[in-house]
Amino acid sequence: MKYRLKQKFAPFIFVGPFLIFFIIFMAYPILYSLVLSFCKYRAGHIAFVGLKNYAYLLTEKLFYQSLGNTFVILIIQVPIMTVLALVLGNLLNSALIKLKGAFRMFTFMPVLIDSVSYSIVFMLLFSENGGFINSMISTLGGSPQKWFSSGPLAVLLIILALTWRWTGYNSLIMLAGLQNISPDLYEAASIDGANSFVKFWKITIPQLKPVIIFSIFNSMNGTLQLFTEPQLLTQGGPANATLTTVLYLYQVGFKNFNFGVASAGSYILAVIIAIFTLIQLRVTRED
Amino acid sequence: MKHTAAKIAIYIVLIVASVIALFPFIWTFIAATHNNAQIFNMKFTFLPQSHFGDNLKQLQTSVPIWKNLGNSIFITVTYTVLIILLDSMAGFGFAKYHFKGNKTIFFICLITMMIPPQVTMVPLYIQMNSMHWVNTPWAIIVPGLASMFGVFLMRQNFEQFPNDLIESAHIDGAGDLRAFFQIVLPTMKPSLASLGILTFVQQWGNYMWPLIVLNKQSSYTLPLSLAMLVAPGNVINYGSIMVGAVITLLPVLIFFLIFQKNFIAGMLSGAVKG
Repeated sequence: MKYRLKQKFAPFIFVGPFLIFFIIFMAYPILYSLVLSFCKYRAGHIAFVGLKNYAYLLTEKLFYQSLGNTFVILIIQVPIMTVLALVLGNLLNSALIKLKGAFRMFTFMPVLIDSVSYSIVFMLLFSENGGFINSMISTLGGSPQKWFSSGPLAVLLIILALTWRWTGYNSLIMLAGLQNISPDLYEAASIDGANSFVKFWKITIPQLKPVIIFSIFNSMNGTLQLFTEPQLLTQGGPANATLTTVLYLYQVGFKNFNFGVASAGSYILAVIIAIFTLIQLRVTRED
Repeated sequence: MKHTAAKIAIYIVLIVASVIALFPFIWTFIAATHNNAQIFNMKFTFLPQSHFGDNLKQLQTSVPIWKNLGNSIFITVTYTVLIILLDSMAGFGFAKYHFKGNKTIFFICLITMMIPPQVTMVPLYIQMNSMHWVNTPWAIIVPGLASMFGVFLMRQNFEQFPNDLIESAHIDGAGDLRAFFQIVLPTMKPSLASLGILTFVQQWGNYMWPLIVLNKQSSYTLPLSLAMLVAPGNVINYGSIMVGAVITLLPVLIFFLIFQKNFIAGMLSGAVKG
């Protein structure tokens, strides 16, 4: 039931201001970007080049490498973080413990720090010249690691940084989901003699499925757009091992000013994200 | 007996998780009082040292840090206020009015939420250039107002708003706008606070877009200022960068400690469907 208004133009007073910004700074740029992706843009002049930008990207080794790097980070980081968030969310919900408020606050805090500050802090902590982490490793009897000059370790460093920043946030999403599960379900299971493991697998996981799916796809979406951490922390290196897709597109667009190619690349990224979103809608609708 | 063991195990896991979560924060504050030699000493000490003053002086000579802080505050506050105003109005309009194309327009807007912001960056940069907004706060504030997220959130919140309240305001002779600002909005304070907090934190840490449209030091926001300090090829004084990180962190941290509950609810508002 919507409220029937007295004045004909009232809705436009409410929706209009936003729509003006939306049309000029969202709808128009989205279409303009599509046009640009088929053009060469030089000093304000636009020339139609057909599929050349797409053809260039689809034969460009660096572009593939950037996609590959992004997916490696995604495939390792998202599952690890989701499991950790699920465990932490359940522990933060436990009836056995006190000080829950404090623990929730602490685990949440990493998302408060801006991406630049935390990237720099991780840069220093993991520094190869006497950084804190390496000196800890030495103290414990290990050998200092080359976090920035070894490809796999640089990828691991990015994964560690992302996991530090986002695990708490996702565990609070899980916690909110857990608190929405009706206690009656657990009561009934208890009467049937189910132990806590059975309850977890038979009630918690199925009930929490939509929240888990949301958390996974949300994290994937963020990882596909990864930029600040590789740009600042590892500078895409060593030897492009941490060059992500968005970092590559940034370099093409705003270091080489190859606007056409950057637009084409951003549309390829948009298609990949759209495919994931459709899968997400599918999976959620099956319930 | 079994309970005691479980309890201890849970406490241990949560304490370890909390220590890991808090450690970089604590380290940042401590490192801000160290000089380079002390930060990269193989025996980093967690006792605050005496170099905070020197580090701050050094920071002020290498970047216009207070100007950059001012830019960050101006951009973030202006943007947050405008977003709350625009998005609550639009959300209300979409939720409560029948008008031609309401659903279609809303759906078109919704689709843009799936499109990564990188798609619009090149055209927006060309637009900002031709409007002569490069190196001004408006290049960050104005294009950001086209974001659909807040409208979507507010529309969801207004769906549950009782129509009788609006009706009675109209019977008392209030027009649509007055009814909205005097009757509807005051009851929506929690949702507005949530949207405000989320918007504030995101804009405060915004990096990629400002990096593209701001290229003069005097127009930089704090994240750009910090990022410039660690740019390869600069002589780097890490203690002073950590002072910069503290200046960047502190406002959000103080807000968080004061409004803890709303803050967590706000940051999760996009994620958890109420």
